[in-house]
Amino acid sequence: MSSFLSQEVPLSWYLLLSAALFSLGVVGFLIKRNLITVFMSIELMLNGVNLSFVTFAHQWHAVKGQIFVFFVMMVAAAEAAVGLAIIIAVFRARATLAVDRIDLMKL
Amino acid sequence: MNAYLHLWLIPLLPFAGFLINGILGGRLPKWLVTTVALLAPLAAFGVVLNASLGVFGFVPAASSLPYIETCPLPWINAGLLHVNFSFVLDQLSLVMLLVVTGVGFLIHVYSVGYMGDDKGYARYFSYLNLFLFFMTVLVLAGNALVMFIGWEGVGLASYLLIGFWFEKKSAADAGKKAFIVNRIGDFGFLIGMFLLVANFGTLTFTEIATKLGQDPGWSGGVVTVIALCLMLGAAGKSAQLPLYIWLPDAMEGPTPVSALIHAATMVTAGVYMVARTHVLFDHSPFALSVVAIIGAATAIFAATIALVQNDIKRVLAYSTISQLGYMFLGCGVAAYSAAIFHLMTHAFFKALLFMAAGSVIHAIGGEQDLRKMGGLRKKLPVTFWTMTAAVLAIAGFFPFAGFFSKDAILYAAFLQGTNGKILWFVGVLTALLTSFYMFRLWYMTFLGESRSPDVHPHESPWSMRGPLVILALLSVGGGWIGMERFAGFLAPSVGVLPTEAGNPRLEIILSLVAVLVALEGWLIADKLYRRKPARPAQWAAALPGGYKLLANKYFVDELYGAVVVKPLLGFSKFVLEWVVDFAILGGAAWLLGGIATFTGAILQRWQSGNLRSYAAWLAAGAAAVLLFLLVPWATVLDNLSAIHLGMAGH
Repeated sequence: MSSFLSQEVPLSWYLLLSAALFSLGVVGFLIKRNLITVFMSIELMLNGVNLSFVTFAHQWHAVKGQIFVFFVMMVAAAEAAVGLAIIIAVFRARATLAVDRIDLMKL
Repeated sequence: MNAYLHLWLIPLLPFAGFLINGILGGRLPKWLVTTVALLAPLAAFGVVLNASLGVFGFVPAASSLPYIETCPLPWINAGLLHVNFSFVLDQLSLVMLLVVTGVGFLIHVYSVGYMGDDKGYARYFSYLNLFLFFMTVLVLAGNALVMFIGWEGVGLASYLLIGFWFEKKSAADAGKKAFIVNRIGDFGFLIGMFLLVANFGTLTFTEIATKLGQDPGWSGGVVTVIALCLMLGAAGKSAQLPLYIWLPDAMEGPTPVSALIHAATMVTAGVYMVARTHVLFDHSPFALSVVAIIGAATAIFAATIALVQNDIKRVLAYSTISQLGYMFLGCGVAAYSAAIFHLMTHAFFKALLFMAAGSVIHAIGGEQDLRKMGGLRKKLPVTFWTMTAAVLAIAGFFPFAGFFSKDAILYAAFLQGTNGKILWFVGVLTALLTSFYMFRLWYMTFLGESRSPDVHPHESPWSMRGPLVILALLSVGGGWIGMERFAGFLAPSVGVLPTEAGNPRLEIILSLVAVLVALEGWLIADKLYRRKPARPAQWAAALPGGYKLLANKYFVDELYGAVVVKPLLGFSKFVLEWVVDFAILGGAAWLLGGIATFTGAILQRWQSGNLRSYAAWLAAGAAAVLLFLLVPWATVLDNLSAIHLGMAGH
């Protein structure tokens, strides 16, 4: 008899968690006004996707999914750097971070 | 003599001249333009002469006439219709070719002097060569379609040359008028050709003649309709009633053009065409009598208008129409060789009349009004004497050229039963009028006192006087060939003259009548314009209605304007302005613009600039795609239809 801890966590749990993270990210992206929160919601969505990648990689014993995750993390890091720089620039110009007020193409 | 006559060279030489002067003319020195322009018709004339040597028996003939030359490549092969590009040389086309290239060359020479100072010198000669190209194609054509090419082409050349001074609105309008009126005639020619193909299955003249000869059942109905269609074409090209209206206006072109195209050659193409297709007319007495009546009516109609015209070229234009009427009268009484004989002599004396008139106009600085001329006899001796020869020839005095040919036509008409007598009488009356208006022109131009004393006329250069003299000799002696010999020569092409069985004594009496009538016309003109110069004005005042009617050319232009042109113009304007422009083009533009504006107005709501609304649309779209992929539509539809069927089953 195997202990509770030694038992495998079922695949669907990971996937449900992944879907929940992604949905939270989507909702956050849609309803939050603060640009930084919106930005964090994007990270949440990315990581939700990452989780499902890792899950399937583990399930199928394929390394491709994990490589994908590394790529996503790299892109997310780059995005965070550029995105934060833009946020700072926007804040300097507008003195606000509310997305509703930043609706013009020019600064 | 070589077996090959190289007929194809005859049109192609002028065409080469057209290409050289048309493309390079503006950059070539003037002497080179002149050389090219003169060499082309001269060389063509040479080829024709070379061909005629064998025919006239100066050298042993290489081939019997008709001599046919066909392009080895087939031209049209469509179902039952086979048309080749073929040229035919027979007695008829030979006479016509000699006239066209010979008189054409003389007029080219004359043009060198007449158009010498014009800035469109090279353009003028390229058009003139183009005309010769098409005219020789027309004459040489072995079938109706090749003839049609030439037919349309001379129309084009005529249009270009009438509107040669296109800066002048009247000239441009006259060109258009000639072109459009000719279209009506060409329509008839086209329909005639369609009917020929439908009924005979061929357009070749010789084959049509053979088929008609084989089966005597061909008469009446179809043949009459074909002949009348062709006659409509001929009436357009040869300025017969009711399509003559373009020719007087065509005088807007340079005078040598009037001489070449609108007197000597192109306008006789209709007569030539009727003679070429004479077998059709021979099988339809009705069509023949229509031709005769149109000819006689045109002859007297145009002659009465010519009585009171004051523009020297317009008098000659109406005279041309009238003389063409004689030729159709000749065709209409089946005296085709007489008609062609008159065509030939007319080419000589009418070209001469126009060129002499051109010489007068040239001498007095462009003035064309007879009332401002007078007393030019001493100043322009060569012009005067050559013109005198032409006037005597057209009036029909013995032994000038016009006497023989006009006499032959009138005699042939006289022998055509009772109706023939009427036609003969109309012809003789026309001869009286012809003699009168020609001598009127002659008196007003050359005799009496000058009516414009401050003008100093000068005789034309030799390039103009030379052709005048040559044509004067031809106008005097062109008829001495004699009608019998000429008819005998043409007989293989156009059949024998119906007058062969006539009475020589009757012919002499009729000739005497014709000469007396011509003399009478001269005497009247002499009385009115030399001895009692006040008389014409008095008569005009005494008969204001009649004079006005004639001076305004029976108001035919006005009539056509009101009945045909104005309604057509109004209709076209309506169609163009309202149907095409407003409804179709405008409607399409409005519709397309409206659709774009409308969809834009709706779609622009999406472009709110609100980041979250974009994101929401994106999420909704992704959700929709996901939904579409996840739902097993096939199963759902199956279940739905099962429910539906189950319900239907109840």
